[in-house]
Amino acid sequence: MTELDASDAAADTLTGGPRRRRVRTGGRPAGVPLPLLLPALVGLAFLLLPLLALLVRAPWRDLPNQLTSTEVWQALQLSLVCATAATGVSLVLGVPLAWLLARTDFPGRGFVRALVTLPLVLPPVVGGVALLLALGRNGVVGQWLDSWFGITLPFTTAGVVVAEAFVAMPFLVISVEGTLRAADPRYEEAAATLGASRFTAFRRVTLPLIAPGIAAGAVLAWARALGEFGATITFAGNFPGRTQTMPLAVYLALQNDPAAAIALSLVLLAVSIAVLAGLRDRWTAAPS
Amino acid sequence: MTRSTRRTRTRTLRVAGVGAAALLALSACSSSDSDSSSHSSPKSDTSASSSPKLSGTVTVFAAASLKESFTTLGKEFEKANPGTKVTFNFGGSDTLAASITGGAPADVFAAASPKTMAIVTDKKDAATTPATFVRNQLEIATLPGNPDKVASLKDLTKSGLKVVLCDKTVPCGAAAQKALDASKLKLTPASYEQDVKSALTKVELKEADAAVVYKTDVKAAGDKVEGVEFPESAKAINDYPIALLKDAPNAEAAKAFIALVQSAEGQKVLTAAGFLQP
Repeated sequence: MTELDASDAAADTLTGGPRRRRVRTGGRPAGVPLPLLLPALVGLAFLLLPLLALLVRAPWRDLPNQLTSTEVWQALQLSLVCATAATGVSLVLGVPLAWLLARTDFPGRGFVRALVTLPLVLPPVVGGVALLLALGRNGVVGQWLDSWFGITLPFTTAGVVVAEAFVAMPFLVISVEGTLRAADPRYEEAAATLGASRFTAFRRVTLPLIAPGIAAGAVLAWARALGEFGATITFAGNFPGRTQTMPLAVYLALQNDPAAAIALSLVLLAVSIAVLAGLRDRWTAAPS
Repeated sequence: MTRSTRRTRTRTLRVAGVGAAALLALSACSSSDSDSSSHSSPKSDTSASSSPKLSGTVTVFAAASLKESFTTLGKEFEKANPGTKVTFNFGGSDTLAASITGGAPADVFAAASPKTMAIVTDKKDAATTPATFVRNQLEIATLPGNPDKVASLKDLTKSGLKVVLCDKTVPCGAAAQKALDASKLKLTPASYEQDVKSALTKVELKEADAAVVYKTDVKAAGDKVEGVEFPESAKAINDYPIALLKDAPNAEAAKAFIALVQSAEGQKVLTAAGFLQP
């Protein structure tokens, strides 16, 4: 290690050192050292190259045919509806959960927060298996849902929403919790001293205060839900028009028609970019 | 710098020494194994006698449904040919074919359908003409004890019964569709699963009441599912082709492995797993 450092330093003295190099090239933004700029550009290229390849290899001439099939529209529609519903579920359940984690103190809170983030790192297929074991027809909770209410979630559109919400909600919770921690609790305390109940204070003071954070979390959750594959195919199965979302359609198209898979991927890419770009400017810009 | 190089060199030597010792120990074990096996089963000599000095690693890309039987055959091969090692890459035939045409260093390809083998032969990546070595027939997998009294393919169309099929894009789904079309049945499944194993899993977990899968899968699942044969499956039998690959790094040993798969002994292992003879 030390020998490596020494040789590095030697190389620097030989070539004139990093400082002199930076001075010589005037075109580069000031204060960006070459050892940072190069890997940064490589990193950027690494992330963008696969997407570029998708554009280069896309069957542009055949695209209109590929995209006007009813299956594609069904899948796209289902993807948009389910991702939005999953975001709705995440908002209704996730914002209160985030508030609980940020504003209250209870034993084992750190542990609970770690558990909440678990679906972020869990392989989605594992999530799907876990959901089957919990909410499936024969699952721990699912068997009661089935025998009491006649509700079975696997193989249904509701199952898709459940699977997507499971993987997407942590994004919202993390994002909202972070915003809550950054927000000044004294506004809520002031509202309380003026006679507002805690819930009123939450509704009238906290929520407007953290709205940008909620919006950012919702966009993240929506994007994650839109791209969700593993948990969906494991828990909800694959039936066109009912549970076949775009990622599933892409995966199965890849088995025998790569051109169709590329076309479908393009649609998903375009929708994702449009939404992220559109929403970021409008709602998720940092409040000032 | 020189000091560290020297240190690394001694370490490399030491590691190599340990590795060599381990190799010696391993080969000693396997050779004694092969002695005992050649006494007990004279048939395994057929593959060994054709080329007595086989060595090195044979890399076999094989369809996921061959996992159990090929693993057994690989062990037999290593026993019969001391100094050889068979490594497997099991997966979906499409995926395997794609990696072979993409330049994966493989010796043998065993696919679950002629269609997926054609991906490789079309690119002229196969050295030998693919030969069908087994066939696989469909079977209905039901819950243990068959509580829904499924006795035929037609029974699957009963309303209220949750059936999963493989997607039409994968071989088991294409075969199931063929059988349904042949008997003019219309079946709306709960889901088109992405591969045969996930279709079977849905029945094992009791999320689905029945699935149309391969006989070999029903057999491999043991008593977690019950198999129901149906006559229409005869119209949708999958052939499994095997071929030596063009750029095989170890062609001699690979040929011997293919010979073992096609030999009477290999066929015995495969039929025990539920495959049909070609």
